[in-house]
Amino acid sequence: METFEPVIVAFCCHYCAYTAADMAGTMRLDYPANVKIVRVPCSGKVDPIHMMKALELGADGVLVAGCLEGDCHFKTGNVKAARRVTYVQTQLEEIGVEPQRLAMVTMSAGMGTRFAAIANEFTEQIRKLGPNPVAAARKAQAAPAPVAQVN
Amino acid sequence: MITDSVLEKVFAAGHIAVTGECGPPRGAMPEVVKEKAEKLRGYVDAVNVTDNQTAMVRMSSFAASLFLQQMDMPPVMQMVCRDRNRLAMQADIIGAYAHGINTLLCLSGDHPHFGDHPMAAGVFDLDSIQLIQTVKRMRDEGKFQGGADIKGPPKMFIGAAANPFADPFELRVARLAKKVRAGVDFIQTQCIYNMDKFEQWMKGVRERELHKEVYIMAGVTPMKSVGAARYMKNKVPGMDVPDHLVERMAKTPKEKQAQEGIDICVETIQRLLSIEGVAGIHIMAIEWESAVPEIVERSGLYPRPQV
Amino acid sequence: MITAERKPLAEIIDYIDNCRRILLVGCNECVTVCAAGGRKEVAMLASAMQMDFMKRGKTVDIREMTLERQCEPEYVEELAPFIDQADAVVSMACGCGVQEVVRRFRGKRVYPAVNTSFMGAAERPGVWAERCHGCGNCLLGLTGGICPIARCSKRLMNGPCGGSSKGKCEVSTEIDCVWQLIWDRLKELGIEDRYEEIILAKDWRTERGGGPRKIVREDLAQ
Repeated sequence: METFEPVIVAFCCHYCAYTAADMAGTMRLDYPANVKIVRVPCSGKVDPIHMMKALELGADGVLVAGCLEGDCHFKTGNVKAARRVTYVQTQLEEIGVEPQRLAMVTMSAGMGTRFAAIANEFTEQIRKLGPNPVAAARKAQAAPAPVAQVN
Repeated sequence: MITDSVLEKVFAAGHIAVTGECGPPRGAMPEVVKEKAEKLRGYVDAVNVTDNQTAMVRMSSFAASLFLQQMDMPPVMQMVCRDRNRLAMQADIIGAYAHGINTLLCLSGDHPHFGDHPMAAGVFDLDSIQLIQTVKRMRDEGKFQGGADIKGPPKMFIGAAANPFADPFELRVARLAKKVRAGVDFIQTQCIYNMDKFEQWMKGVRERELHKEVYIMAGVTPMKSVGAARYMKNKVPGMDVPDHLVERMAKTPKEKQAQEGIDICVETIQRLLSIEGVAGIHIMAIEWESAVPEIVERSGLYPRPQV
Repeated sequence: MITAERKPLAEIIDYIDNCRRILLVGCNECVTVCAAGGRKEVAMLASAMQMDFMKRGKTVDIREMTLERQCEPEYVEELAPFIDQADAVVSMACGCGVQEVVRRFRGKRVYPAVNTSFMGAAERPGVWAERCHGCGNCLLGLTGGICPIARCSKRLMNGPCGGSSKGKCEVSTEIDCVWQLIWDRLKELGIEDRYEEIILAKDWRTERGGGPRKIVREDLAQ
């Protein structure tokens, strides 16, 4: 039986988590290749629709990684991000997708170790949850990509 | 005299009036109404009959009032604005009067939120002041609210409530003045425990000489236990139970608390009777009608005058 | 503005579960401002519906459109080129918008995705509160500019009931007692004696008593 390798999308703030991920790399710390990093100018720039779309299009887990409380370069972007994550979690619950597939984490730019630890933990957590039920269903029927047209 | 109301006669003769309260049952149980009323017989001049009190469905105020009427115990029919529009209210007023019910208490009514039908629409077509105006116009001008003539207008003695303990306090005298202006004949107040605040309110009432335009009945409720005292203090909107009374109840042994509650009530009435402008006492012994005779006797209000 | 809240997903899905092609239509006006049915909420709902269908092994095509004003025929007309490709329309506009779509496209199933709530204002970001009941005969000139019809739980027109406590309504401490607000305002203006003028029984014909209402401006009507 093939082992399940989850796909994790991590929206990383340029001012902290993205640098921390970089540092984890230069420190040669191990963290799973499952984590795909998307650099954003601030965690507050991650809209609920970005989190939804990541899951809709097949991610098994989504991380929103912002600065430590009080350290946001744009003052409160990380606080807003945390509230949006909570909001999207309620939406996921309605669909019947485990809200734990989405998480908000915070760190500073110097926390390479913390980034690696979080990446490991979250990947493990998602591995236990199993594949995103949405993606799994799609794979099973090999349906075409969803039609989402915007006017 | 503007009506045949016994209550009005008692006031007009210069007596301190006494009213009690009878909450109709939640079912077709005429005997419950009669038993409650019977306990009050001879000790009160009239008995308030509540109208879906606390927004719970009960036997209608009109129907229960009718039982009292048949027992020769004058009812004060309560009418809330919550459950009926002006058509239904005026219809009930005519109907009640046709059966000899001649004393009406106009109330806004507790919000449906508090009762067992919180999903019900609150009607509030009229508010209590507009209801007072409506009843007065029916009586004095023989006109319906809509303007048409009434053949056989109902001659109701019109009551309303006042709560000196609700906020904003400084508006409460003005609100009474507004009810007087609307045409109310008598007032029954919320249960009084905070005597200082009540006296302050009465001072404001006297400054505007409102007590000369309306009969003010001071409301009292005996507390049966310290639990009841705490409940009223903390849970009932618009109630003001001072700490010293709760403590006094708490210090009393459990088996003597009911007696202590009656003692407090009697002391309260005696103090109320010394206040200029208090024309009567309204005793709301909710589900404790048996306490009324002792309270009335010990307050020196027994026997009731024959008018 | 008119405020609204999105319906639970399950209710929306229930309406359209047997449809394969959905036209999901938002509105750029009130429901955008109260974050219930604007472009963003349309995208979120489309994504949620998509996931819900996929999860159950079903497919659905969702076309997202957000109109300038869904309550006006000229904007609703923009749906015309796409309407035949949809089994049903799901509208995220207020009830007015839903019904405009219904009126224009007879024979097309149209379902609401929001519960239209009340006419209100933003108290602070993310919080909207009722301000106007649309009674058709404005009392604000008599009540210090604060409406007791919309904001008193018992719509009392002549003052607070006995349940007003510390500025709050007896129904909930979340609700301001509007008569406390009115009284404070009258005092600020130095006109508290106005309080004693009785507001007469209201003529509800301008509200709903006269049946559904209509405004006709003869000079503009075509």
